[in-house]
Amino acid sequence: MTPLFAQITVAHYLAVGAVLFVAGIVCMATKRNALGILMGAELVLNGANVNFVAFGSDYLRPQSLGLDGELIALFVIVLAAAEAAVALAIALNFYNNHTSIDVDRADDLKG
Amino acid sequence: MAEFFALSLHFPPWLAYLLAGLIHCALIVGLVAAGALFFIWAERKVSGRIQDRLGPTRTGGKFGWLQSLADGIKLLNKEDVAPGEADVVLFRLAPYVSFAASYAAFLALPFANGWVCQHVHTGIFFILAILSLEVFGVILAGYSSGSKWSLFGAMREAAQVVSYEVPLKLCVIVPVLLCGSLDLVTIGNMQGGWFTNWLIFHDPFTFIAFWVYFTCSVASVNRAPFDLAEAESELVAGFHTEYSGLRWSFFFMAEYGSMFLVSGLAAILLLGGWHGPIPLFDLLGWSYAEGETAFRLTGYLANLAGCVNLIFKGVVGVTVMIWVRWTLPRLRIDQVMTTCLKYCVPLGAFCFVGVLVWQLLGVPGLNDLAPVTASGPGGVRESWVYRAEGAVRPAVEGESAAVVRPVAEKVEG
Amino acid sequence: MMLAAIDWQATFFWLFALLSCGFALGVLLSPNIVRMAFYLILSLGSVAGLFFLAGAEFLGAMQLMLYVGGTLVLLVFGVMLTARSDSIRMKTSGGEWILAMFIGGGLFLLLLQTLPIQAWCQAPEHTLAADPRTTAEIGLALAGVRLDGRSGYLLPFVIVSMHLLVVLVGAAYLARTKRLAGKEPRD
Repeated sequence: MTPLFAQITVAHYLAVGAVLFVAGIVCMATKRNALGILMGAELVLNGANVNFVAFGSDYLRPQSLGLDGELIALFVIVLAAAEAAVALAIALNFYNNHTSIDVDRADDLKG
Repeated sequence: MAEFFALSLHFPPWLAYLLAGLIHCALIVGLVAAGALFFIWAERKVSGRIQDRLGPTRTGGKFGWLQSLADGIKLLNKEDVAPGEADVVLFRLAPYVSFAASYAAFLALPFANGWVCQHVHTGIFFILAILSLEVFGVILAGYSSGSKWSLFGAMREAAQVVSYEVPLKLCVIVPVLLCGSLDLVTIGNMQGGWFTNWLIFHDPFTFIAFWVYFTCSVASVNRAPFDLAEAESELVAGFHTEYSGLRWSFFFMAEYGSMFLVSGLAAILLLGGWHGPIPLFDLLGWSYAEGETAFRLTGYLANLAGCVNLIFKGVVGVTVMIWVRWTLPRLRIDQVMTTCLKYCVPLGAFCFVGVLVWQLLGVPGLNDLAPVTASGPGGVRESWVYRAEGAVRPAVEGESAAVVRPVAEKVEG
Repeated sequence: MMLAAIDWQATFFWLFALLSCGFALGVLLSPNIVRMAFYLILSLGSVAGLFFLAGAEFLGAMQLMLYVGGTLVLLVFGVMLTARSDSIRMKTSGGEWILAMFIGGGLFLLLLQTLPIQAWCQAPEHTLAADPRTTAEIGLALAGVRLDGRSGYLLPFVIVSMHLLVVLVGAAYLARTKRLAGKEPRD
């Protein structure tokens, strides 16, 4: 029980980031809904962001990344928004063509 | 209060804090609910007068004061029905999501100098972020009702709210640009003194920005003429068709809470916040000087007057929204989108660029008639430019310092 | 002095961490796409709380505004537009789950190897949130001016703005309404 009441360190944040990252990866691997896969991608990016913010925070002394950690995470958020927009456009196109959002149906090019 | 629980009643510290937190939350929820009751009464009276009738006149005396309370009791007695096709968990949860978003934004709204629940340094950013979460309650309600009218209403409303966030934020950037801080307490303090110091009078661009902000805020809280989501004549009742009783009233508490919030924000950002048109308490010497922390009754009274001032301005804003609702016809969805994308966004961008250029050239405006009084942080508003210049110049020589310098020189001259 | 009786950092950290991890696992395990979207909203909101706790106030508000209030609204729109009664719940076969769990478990164990690194395990001196970073620093950094001698972020800022413009045009083009329903779009 000692980790529960110990002081919070960077390692705690890294653990949270790891859980989010792995949940996102498994989500991307198992979901049949194209939007479910997109949600997995969002979880992955957030796990990475948690790591960046933890390294940029005051928890890591003396080599804290400082402002750099926060700014990199900011760019990640912006790029994730852009990627979600394009992925959604692709998913909607797929739905319009196949009337189904199931990615297992995307086998037109299957040999 | 937590100290009272822990030390006098000998509760363990965690229980003391939990209780104190819950009591404070209940107080603020009570305040928001009482505000909603008042606004519903005001709406019925104002709409009655606009339509040449009286509105409620029976319950609670000649003016129908207790009409909202009677309505509330009626709603409490209704049967709690969920449609068969509904996703029951999400259906039950949706009103609370809407209400929670509207209520959480009050945490960062300052009511007087220093009177704020949580002094967030990125105050305005935080409030706008929380307000953008309110749309989830609506989408969830529309989807989980399991009826196509609700879903259409929810999609329209979500599209509208999300589209109008863009010009809203462009207009909010204008006072942030003038004050150099995202902190609402700082922005409010910088408008102290006579009413000519209010940011709306700074230059014509901020004046236009105020009206664009007001229009966009009416759209983002889904009030007429932008209220297609609740259009009775088209969609039965839009996203809250299937809701009855207390759950339905949560949506309306959220709506009136948001209306008061955006009016209060307009007051703080552009209309002088908690300062009145005449700096009465500064002239009397009652208000707290900068850095003074000891309690003083006159200072408390000055702050209380500021709080009342802000609430008054918020109520005026809500009354104007009610007035507009019952005067103008409803816009179609394509007209709503046209207004946003073809009128509000270009106007907002125009105001932004205009204010930027005005400030850069140092053109004098109405604000320079009377200086900001001592209760503000150090007199001249452009002092943030001095601080930024002081921070930048030792580290970097070059264009950034040169750009800052002409403004400082103009202000000094 | 009363405030020190409870370790606020630990309490709020565990609250936000359990919420975000719990709802992330909910996203993973739930078969209903709308519930998944809702759990994702709650998970990312809790991550914003973690950002606030770590002293990144601007980033926390940005996460709430852009990610939760923007990207996820987009996602939920997509879910609503494509949710038909037979596609709301889609089950994956057991074999795929087992394979995915192996990979996920392996990756998780690998990532856990970073936890005992000494430099990252040390408790900081408790002066956290004494002086949260001001937005002026971030604004200056994005304009290319850094006060501590490191490089500014002007180039990535401009690149990202171009990128967003391209994405805006591209997504609007990709998702345009086609003239005749059911026909293959020509590209």
